Parts: sequence; structure tokens; C-alpha cells
Amino acid sequence: MATVPATSEGALPPRRAQTFWGRLQAGEELARLIAVTAGGAIFIITALVFYELVSQSALSRHQFGWHFLVTSTWDPVAGNFGALPFIYGTIITSVLSLLIAIPLGVGAAVFLAEMAPIGISNSLTFLIELLAAVPSVIFGVLGVFVLIPILRSDVVPFLKAVFGDLPIFAGAFYGVSVFSAAIVLSLMIVPFIVSVSREVLLTVPSDQREGAMALGSTKWQTTWKVVMPFASKGIMGSVFLALARALGETMAVTMVIGNTPQIKASLLAPGYSIAAVIANEFAEATGDLYQSALIELGLVLFGVTFVLNGLARIMILTAGRKGAH
Amino acid sequence: MLGITALCTLITVGVLFFILGDLVAHGIGSLNWAFFTRLPVPVGETGGGLANAIVGSGKVLLLATIFGIPIGFLGGVYLSEYGNPTISFVIRYVTDLLNGVPSIVIGLVVWGLVVHPMGHFSAFAGGVALGIMMIPISVRSTEEFLHAVPSSLREAASALGASKSKTIATVVVPAAARGIISGTMLDLARVAGETAPLLFTAFGNQFWSSGWNQPIATLPVMIYTYALGPYDDWHRQAWAAGFVLLAGVLVVNIIARLTMARGIHIPR
Repeated sequence: MATVPATSEGALPPRRAQTFWGRLQAGEELARLIAVTAGGAIFIITALVFYELVSQSALSRHQFGWHFLVTSTWDPVAGNFGALPFIYGTIITSVLSLLIAIPLGVGAAVFLAEMAPIGISNSLTFLIELLAAVPSVIFGVLGVFVLIPILRSDVVPFLKAVFGDLPIFAGAFYGVSVFSAAIVLSLMIVPFIVSVSREVLLTVPSDQREGAMALGSTKWQTTWKVVMPFASKGIMGSVFLALARALGETMAVTMVIGNTPQIKASLLAPGYSIAAVIANEFAEATGDLYQSALIELGLVLFGVTFVLNGLARIMILTAGRKGAH
Repeated sequence: MLGITALCTLITVGVLFFILGDLVAHGIGSLNWAFFTRLPVPVGETGGGLANAIVGSGKVLLLATIFGIPIGFLGGVYLSEYGNPTISFVIRYVTDLLNGVPSIVIGLVVWGLVVHPMGHFSAFAGGVALGIMMIPISVRSTEEFLHAVPSSLREAASALGASKSKTIATVVVPAAARGIISGTMLDLARVAGETAPLLFTAFGNQFWSSGWNQPIATLPVMIYTYALGPYDDWHRQAWAAGFVLLAGVLVVNIIARLTMARGIHIPR
């Protein structure tokens, strides 16, 4: 590590330690400079990320302006590019996956934080955090080979039989669809919701629970009306984090969503997401405008996840403050 | 209520076991010696393997570690040991920002910065992309473990006359070494499974790649390509590769977490 004086130097003489040049000569300042340089390198890398996205998408931004975000044609041959089908696909899969993952995740977190004995809670949390470590391409493989056949043979016929009149379940189901993508995504984001929510629930002071029980409330009432509102901000933060993850998820989504740039009301129709279109089409993009349009999509995705992550951090950081009245 | 919440937990944990079980069932039968030693063969022929992808993943991960861990480690040292209110705030902020960037966007950026000027895909570009992804986690875990070293150790070293850099190098970092190493292992396991940044940086290769300047096959990208292909042999290999990848990632994760759980090791 860095530069350690070869001889055992001991403390610096007082005068020497006070000047920059003196410290530099002693080797002290160099260590600090090396560490600061590493921090500066991180800053430069992040600035480069932003700069690259903005500069490489300049061609497309100047051509289409703000219309890019609301146009739904995606025609590489004619050079007309619009982001709307991808924005729609990204939002609908993420929102739907949250609708599935939040009850599941918060329920599991409540069980692990409130109900389970500490040993069982710790081992189950360990296992759930392992789920977060599974690579997304593995989820994609399972989605393609296991989930989609199950959906096609059992789940969707049941849904169509019961809810077939609703427009969200209209149309033929080919397996690859927004619905399948949402289910795979929800399995991927549940561990984040569980682990952050469980930690937030564990930090709720026990005097809140004890106070509620002293007033005669049942376990359910205590959890639902006292503990959860106290932890609600932190749980919301975990939801935002999970949403940010879901928005940027590429591989599992592109394997099961169908890769069709269209906006349909039905959840059973194939769709496309921003990350999926970049992954599929960038390596084969002909022409500067095509590449620039895809990079502009990357910029949109970067911007959205940037805002969401910021909000999530703020929420989690201020989680404990509410309720301290 | 116990029932509902227990059911939620059971579903979540059950998914993990289901994934493991399915991969074991499909994957283990497809593993054979050829998988680890042969190159991919033309479609229609059998007996091919993914040896180049396994080696390729190793090479790209090695590059990523060389690129990402020193920056992450030194950044963490700065945040924990030195640190100036404004500079620390800025570094923490950009680290969090970099952590939140979707992996496909990192792939795009590295394409623009490395592949486009070089004119071709390369293992080097793949290593840079994965290295950038390793930095934020490395910074955060290094900082956390260095923070956890009790300040009495630093004060004792100072009292004995050691300068600050010497204290850090010989006292603080070794005390936190176990945690930092397990944090690095977790980091590595995480980027080992990343596919998206490699799609247009390392790209892929059907043959062996020599050196660092050629496109290179990596395991996650091959899983992606084979799983979506129309050939049964490719599907079989995708399962096998998925099993190998998941087994590697989970084993590293379990070892790292168990090591980390033992906390700071202060030699007596």
C-alpha cells in the first residue's frame, strides 16, 4: 500500500509536519494524494459517463428534440426514431412487477422482522439475499424455458377464462409478453424489498410496539397501525430502489418480453423496453443516427434511474425521523 | 396474519430453491468433460463445449479486478481515513450515482470511450466496463470495514510514533482485511454474472482469443445467445453453462458472507 517510509520514522518533527513540502518529503502527503486521486478518478469516471451519453446522443437530440419522447414510430430504415413504445414498455413492466413484488416483499419482511424467531429470521434472510445474487441471465433462461411454458399451459388460460373480457387480458398469448417480463422482474426485485424493509422494520423502537400492546392491540393491529406507519418511509425507499433496479434490468426482460416496439392495452401482447432495445439493436445499428438514437434512449434511462435513486436515498436516510413525536 | 406473511416468505425463499433445483436438474445432466475443454462446434454437430467462454470470463474478470479494485479500495481508504467534508461528500455522491447506473448504459459508455476509438471489440473494453461496475461496491465495503476498526487501534499506533500512512498500512487495513477481501469476493461474484455491459464491449468469439485486444467469449453472453437459439444442443449447453455460472456465483457469495459474518479480526 502506498509509500511507507523504509526506516521506522516515527512522528515528524513539529516544524516539518506543518508545511506541505515537509509532509511531502516525509512521504505522508503522497499517501493522502494517492487516496484523493482514486476518489478523483471515480468522479472523473462518473463525469465521463454523463459526458459520453450527452455527446454521443447529440445527433439524435438535435434531429428530434423533445418529440423523441412522445413519438411511437421506430423505423430504422426511414430514420424515424421515437422512444414512446420503449418508455411505455419499461414503465408497464416495472409498475406491474412492483404490484406483484411489494405485497410479497413487505409481507415477507413483516414475517422476518416481527414474527419469526431471530435464528430462523437470519437464516431465511441469508437465503433471500442469495436470491439477489443470482445473475439476471439465469432468470432469463428460467423465464424462457420454465416460466413461459407454465404460463402458456396453465396460468393464462385460467386468467382468460375468468377475466377474459378485460382489455388487459385480450388477444392471443404467445408466451413472450409484457406479463411474463413483469413476473420475472418481480422475482428479481423482491429480495431488495425484503432485505431493506426488514432492516427498516427492525429499527422501529420496541417501545412503539410495547405502547400499542399496553393499550390492548393485537399483533396484527400493532404491526399494521403502529410499526408499519413508522417504517413507511423506509419501505417506500426500498420500493424506489427496487423500481430503479427494475427499470434498468436488461437481460431477463429482453429474453421474455417479445421485443416488439408496440403499445398495446393487453398485458399478454409482446412489448419492448429501453434496456432491451439497446441490448438487441446497438451492436447492429447501421448509421450514426440509429446509434445516436439508441444512445439517447440510454440517456433517458440514465436520467430516470438517477432521479429515482436520489429520491430513494433521501427516503431511506430520513426514514427514522418520522414518528419521533 | 402469521399465515399470510409466512406464505410470502415461503414463496420468496421457494423461488430460490426452485431456481437452484431446476438448474441442477437440467444442468448437471448436460455437464461433461467436453463442456469444459472443447470449443463450440458448428450447429448440427454434437460434442462442443464452452471452454473459450469459461477462460474468457476469467480473463475479463481479471482485468476488471485490476482496474476496479485498486480505485475502489483507495477511494474507500480516503473516505474512511482521510476525508474532508466537501470532497468526501462529492465522492460518496458520485459513487452512489455510479452504482445506480444501469449496466447496459455502462456498456454504451465504454463502447463510446474504448471500443469506438479502438475500432474493434476487445477483452480490454469488457474489463473496463466490468471494472467500472466494481468500483462503487468496493468503495462502500472498504469504507465500512475500515470504519469498523476501533479507533483505539489507531490511537495506540500513533502513541507508539507511527505516522498516519504507516498506521493505515500496517494496522488498520490488516485488521479490516478479512472484511475487505470478502467484500471484494462479493463484488466479483456480482459482476461475474453481468451480461449487458459485455454485449458491445467484449462482444463474443467462437474461437480462442489471444491477448487483450480481440473480442472474447464470456459465459453469461454465451448463455444468452444459446438460450435464445433454436437448437436443442445449444439449449442443453445453456443449461450447463447456467449451472456452472450460478454454482460459482453462489459458492463465492456463501463463502464471502460467512467470512464477513465473523467480523473484524484483530490479531492479538
